[in-house]
Amino acid sequence: MHPHETWRAIRGYALVIPVLAMLLVTFVVPLLEVVRTSVTDDEMQASLPNVAAALRPWDGQSVVPAEASQALLLDLPAAAPQKLAALGRRLSYEDPKANSLLRLTAQRLKSGATNLAEIDGRWAQPGTWQMLKRAAGPYSSFYLLGAFDLRRDFGNGVKDSYETGGLYRNILLRTFVIAFLTTVCALVLAFPLCFFISQSSSVIQRGAVLIIMLPFWTSIIVRTTAWIVLLQDRGVINQLLEASGLINRPLPLLHNRFAVIVVLTHVMLPFLALPLLASMRAVDHRLTDAAASLGAGPLRAFWSAYLPQILPGLAAGAMLVFVLTLGFYVTPALVGGPADQTIGAYISLFTTGTGNWGLASALGLVLTVSTALLLALRQTLTGFAKDQGAADR
Amino acid sequence: MKPHKRSLAARIGNWLLAVWSALVLIYLVAPILVIVPLAFNAGNELSFPMAGLSLRWFADFFGSDVWRGALINSLIVGSGATIISVVLGTGAALGLRTSRGRVGSLVRAVVLAPLVVPTVIVGVGMYFMFSALGLTGTYLGLILAHATLAVPFQLVTTSAALAALDERQLWAAASAGASPLRSFFAITLPVALPGILSGALFSFATSLDEIVVTLFLAGPGQRTLPREMFTSAREFLTPTIAAAATVMIAFSITLLAAFLALRGRDSTNLQSETEDTK
Repeated sequence: MHPHETWRAIRGYALVIPVLAMLLVTFVVPLLEVVRTSVTDDEMQASLPNVAAALRPWDGQSVVPAEASQALLLDLPAAAPQKLAALGRRLSYEDPKANSLLRLTAQRLKSGATNLAEIDGRWAQPGTWQMLKRAAGPYSSFYLLGAFDLRRDFGNGVKDSYETGGLYRNILLRTFVIAFLTTVCALVLAFPLCFFISQSSSVIQRGAVLIIMLPFWTSIIVRTTAWIVLLQDRGVINQLLEASGLINRPLPLLHNRFAVIVVLTHVMLPFLALPLLASMRAVDHRLTDAAASLGAGPLRAFWSAYLPQILPGLAAGAMLVFVLTLGFYVTPALVGGPADQTIGAYISLFTTGTGNWGLASALGLVLTVSTALLLALRQTLTGFAKDQGAADR
Repeated sequence: MKPHKRSLAARIGNWLLAVWSALVLIYLVAPILVIVPLAFNAGNELSFPMAGLSLRWFADFFGSDVWRGALINSLIVGSGATIISVVLGTGAALGLRTSRGRVGSLVRAVVLAPLVVPTVIVGVGMYFMFSALGLTGTYLGLILAHATLAVPFQLVTTSAALAALDERQLWAAASAGASPLRSFFAITLPVALPGILSGALFSFATSLDEIVVTLFLAGPGQRTLPREMFTSAREFLTPTIAAAATVMIAFSITLLAAFLALRGRDSTNLQSETEDTK
C-alpha cells in the first residue's frame, strides 16, 4: 500500500471512532444488555447460594436431595432481606404465594424452628422444590419460555404455564394481526393512488407528493392526537354524522380495533407510498405496450408486464410497513382499547412499570428476532424480484 | 363499436381511479386540516362549528409552565441531538467515503442499525444501560438517545452529497501543496454542505418527533412536547393540545420547506431521497 493510502485509511478510522464510541454506549451494549437480561435468572444465586448449588445437579424428578433442605435451613435465616425480596418477586411470577412462603419460613427459622415440613406443608411437596430448581440460575430459559406462556417441566421438556393463560401468545398473535391488517389497508389505499400519480401530469405529481410528504414530516403523536379529535364521541366525524341526521347517538369510533387500524394505516401509508411511487415511475412502458400489441388484455399485460417491474418497490414498502407496525405501540396505546395493545406496550409496561425486566427483555428479543427475520426475507424478496426483473428484460 | 366501448370503460376506470386517489389524499391531510383550525377556536370544544376565531389557546399554551417547559425541552434536546448527530455523522461519512472494504460496510451497518431495530427495544436497552450510568432523567441521556436515532439520517444524506465529490480536485489541491484542512474547507465542505444541512434537518425533525425512547428515559424535568402531548391525549383533550399540535405542525412545515429548498425546486425527486433515509 502506498504510504499516502495508509495515512488516508488511518484518518478514515479516526473519523468514525467518535460515532462508534457513542453507539457502543447508547446502542450496542444496551442491546447486548437486553439479551443478557432475558436469560439472567440469578436472584436465588444472590440470596440462597447454597440452595441454588444443591438444586442444580438435581434432575427435578427423583427425591428432593437432602442437601437442598439442609442448605435452606442454613441460607434462609442468613439471607439479606432485600435479596430475599428480589427472590420472592421472581418466584411470584410462578406462584403468587411463594413470596409469603419464603418470608414466613425465614421468620420461623430465625425463631428456632428446624422442621421445614412443620413450618409449612408446601416444603414437603416436590412441586415447591421444582419451582426453586427452575430459579436456581444463574442463567435460565425461564423468561424466554415465559414469553410464549411455556415453562420447563422436568421429564417432559416444556409445558403450558396456566398462570398466564396463553396471554403472551395472544398478544404476539394480536400484534401480527394488527400489523397485517395495517399493511393490507395501506396497500389497498396506496396502490391505486400511486398508480394514478405516476400516470398524471407533473403538476399533479408534485402536488400529490407534497400531500404525502406533509403527514410524513408531521409528528406521529400530533397525527394520532388529531385522529382522536376526529374519532371521539363528541368528535368531528360523529358531530357531522349527527348533524346530517344519519345517526342519533355517537358511533363508537375510538378505543377499538377500528381506530387502531385507521390511525396506524395513516401513520404508515407514506412508508409504502413513497417507494411504491418511485418504482411505478421507473416502469418501462415499452414492455406493457409490447404486451398489449402482442394481444394481451389489460389484465394480462398488467400481470405479466407491469407487476413484475414494480414488485421490488411494492415488497420493500409493504414489508417496511409490516415491520414498523410490529414494534410501534404508541398509536395503539392512545387510540386502542385494552384488547388492542401490542407487544411493545407490554415490553414498556414491564420495563418501567412492574419492573419485570427479564420478561420485558424476553418479549423484546422475540420482537427483535421476528423483525430481523422479516427484514432478511424482505432483502431476499426484493433481491429475487430484481433478478426476475433483470431476467425479464 | 368495440373500441368505443372499451375506451368508455377505460374512462370510467380512470375516473374511479382519480376519485379514489383524491379520497386517499384527503384521508392523508384531513387530520392536519382539522386540528389546525380548532386551535384557533374561540369556544371550549374541539369540534365544529367554531364559535369564532381566537388566539386564547395559544396564549394558554405559551402561558402554561408545563407546555412552555415542554417546548423549551424539545428545543434543547433537539439542538443538542442535532449538533452531536451532525458532528459524528459527518465525520463518519467522511471516514467511510473511501472505504469500500469489509470494515467499512460493517461500520456503516452499525451506524444504520438504530433505524432497523424496533425503537421500543432500543428504549429498553438504553433504560437498562442509562439506569446503571445514572443517565436516566437527564438532558445528556435524552440528547444522546435522540442523537443515536438521528445519526443514521446524517450519515445517509452526507454520504449521498459526498458521492459527488471530484477526487481529482483533491489530488490537484494536494499536489499544489494545500494542507488536508485547507482542501477540506475549500473543496470537500462546499460539496458536502447541502447533505450536511439536510441531515441536520432530518436529525432535528427526528428528535422533535421522538416519543418511544423519550417515554423510557425522560424524567419529569425533560418532558418534551410529544411526551406532554402523549400524557394529555391519554387523559382529556383540551383545545390547548390543538394549539400544541399546531405549533409542532408549524415546525414540521418549516423543516419540510427548508428541506425542499435545499433539494431545489423539483419536489418530484424527493421521494427517492426520503426512501433511502427514512
